[in-house]
Amino acid sequence: MEAKTADFKYVYDRPKSLVDVPTHYCPGCGHGIVHKILAEVIDELGIRDDTIIVAPVGCSVLLYNYIDVDGSEAAHGRAPAVATGIKRVHKDKVVISYQGDGDLLAIGTAEAVHAANRGEHFTTIFINNAIYGMTGGQMAPTTMENQITKTTPYGRDPADVGFPIRACELLNTLEAPVFIERCAVYDVKHVLKTKRAIKKGLQNQIEGKGYSFIEVLSMCPTNWGINPVKSAEWVHDVMEPYYKLGNFRDI
Amino acid sequence: MSDRILMKGNEAVGEAAIIAGCRHYFAYPITPQNEIPAYMAKRLPEVGGTFLQAESELAAINMVFGASAAGARVMTSSSSPGISLKQEGISYIAGAELPCVIVDMMRGGPGLGNIAGSQADYFQATRGGGNGDYRIIVLAPASVQELADITIEAFDLADEYRIPVMILGEGYLGQMSEPFSLPEPSGKTFEKPWALTGAKGRKPNIIASMRLTPENLLEEHNLKLKKTYDKITEKEVRYESYLLDDADYIIVAYGTSARISRSAIIELRKEGIKAGLFRPISLWPYPYKELKKAASHAKKVLTVEMSLGQMVEDVRLAVMDDEKVDFYGRTGGMLPESGEIIRRVRHYGS
Ligand SMILES: Cc1ncc(C[n+]2csc(CCOP(=O)(O)OP(=O)(O)O)c2C)c(N)n1
Ligand code: SF4
Ligand SMILES: [Mg+2]
Repeated sequence: MEAKTADFKYVYDRPKSLVDVPTHYCPGCGHGIVHKILAEVIDELGIRDDTIIVAPVGCSVLLYNYIDVDGSEAAHGRAPAVATGIKRVHKDKVVISYQGDGDLLAIGTAEAVHAANRGEHFTTIFINNAIYGMTGGQMAPTTMENQITKTTPYGRDPADVGFPIRACELLNTLEAPVFIERCAVYDVKHVLKTKRAIKKGLQNQIEGKGYSFIEVLSMCPTNWGINPVKSAEWVHDVMEPYYKLGNFRDI
Repeated sequence: MSDRILMKGNEAVGEAAIIAGCRHYFAYPITPQNEIPAYMAKRLPEVGGTFLQAESELAAINMVFGASAAGARVMTSSSSPGISLKQEGISYIAGAELPCVIVDMMRGGPGLGNIAGSQADYFQATRGGGNGDYRIIVLAPASVQELADITIEAFDLADEYRIPVMILGEGYLGQMSEPFSLPEPSGKTFEKPWALTGAKGRKPNIIASMRLTPENLLEEHNLKLKKTYDKITEKEVRYESYLLDDADYIIVAYGTSARISRSAIIELRKEGIKAGLFRPISLWPYPYKELKKAASHAKKVLTVEMSLGQMVEDVRLAVMDDEKVDFYGRTGGMLPESGEIIRRVRHYGS
């Protein structure tokens, strides 16, 4: 990082907990935005030394290279189980499970639901980009009706493959979670809201409250086949009406 | 040595794990090892530990991954179909160089098979059911005492080499009650500077099997694993021999099959037939050299298994003389018969 001179005052700096390396994310990708938010929150809460993150299999598989805290890999869909194991050993640490939609709602549905149902004392950040980013744009459980993907070339047909799954609403049927909120990162206002939600999720953990779940509607311009600006609009116009933003639970 | 007590094998493994310092246990119920989770559910809270019934074997083994990454001594247990589900996690644990202990009380397969004891998962245990170039240590005890003792050793081996260690028994071993002495803790301690503890005053630790770039990174990682495997192969081979010195006929068997074979050998010796037992205890690393040496003067080597012939492939690799190696096995949870072993060995001499 460049030295600060007396003439300039930095008002907008890279968060300390965000490692100073270029990420592998495509332009306009939501993952990078959420990483930055997460690093800011870790800084603000002063928990860099006490945080352990679990990276999923998906585009954010290298998450642990970008956030300057202890990190673990997890097999595809198993991040909640890995996070459970870590938190059950280190009850005093802040444990974060970061997952994509294929990871959390397809291959790892059981782990996600049961960790939430046990009220595990960790925080899940769930990136819903309506697609399998990493493998090149196949249908996700959250892919929208009629959305064209590599494996729904004629559009997602609910009569054939079901409707998109709403994670927050699903988990909201459980008794144990203390915090459930759906956010978005397509503009500054929503980025700030997302930051507040993630901060609350981590605070809940520090206070020993229980399980928190933050869903973030996120952009994947590359596999949606539209530019970053259009992608931000698509989240607002197409995803948001189906995936209603807001808080579902805050105990 | 403490007083002798009576316990089922499945309970003995639980108590021994606690003696070894295991305070975290994650598992999903399956017969014939259900006494292990029941025992741990009762005992772990008494010693300030964590027992958690997972939603599946997939979840259980990944909880093991997490707890091990966090630096804890951790164990899971299951039986054959459950071990199949754990294979993905075992591969990741091996790749990420994490220590853990996995108990497999084998039952009859394939598929749901039955719930009787079996040795049909020798391949699964020793050849790796998960993906990739990896090994795990596999130890096969033949009595409740040995099961308890091996449990202590398994935790030390896992920590020393940062590798999963599987304790491979048959349902019979788990279900059997035998008097035994509780093992003493080994007293060994292992530093875990790699563990996830929060990166206070240091750079972050990362636990991962993935090695993406540069392109030779994974090969380098796997070669490093291989070095560990070579060291284990050199130092950790375990076997037992019984009446082998003058044996014309060697029976090779592990676990419950070895117990049956031993009683057959006693009968054969009474008839003046020189039979002896070679019992591999470490199934990986396999005692190839030791068996080769033992078999060099023997006329015949009979492998006895509760399977259609799995370990016999290792016996052939060791003996390198297909004429010499014979096989007798029962499958589907049936026990080999001592009488049949005796008949076969008698026949070799006639
Ligand atoms: C067991 C297993 N099955 C399949 C894969 C291939 N795979 C890698 S990432 C992925 C989907 C990821 O999609 P998502 O969770 O939505 O994350 P994103 O990339 O969109 O952020 C799949 C199917 C794998 N790595 N492991
Ligand atoms: S493919 Fe999509 S999710 Fe993956 S990095 Fe690119 S934009 Fe982000
Ligand atoms: Mg996705």
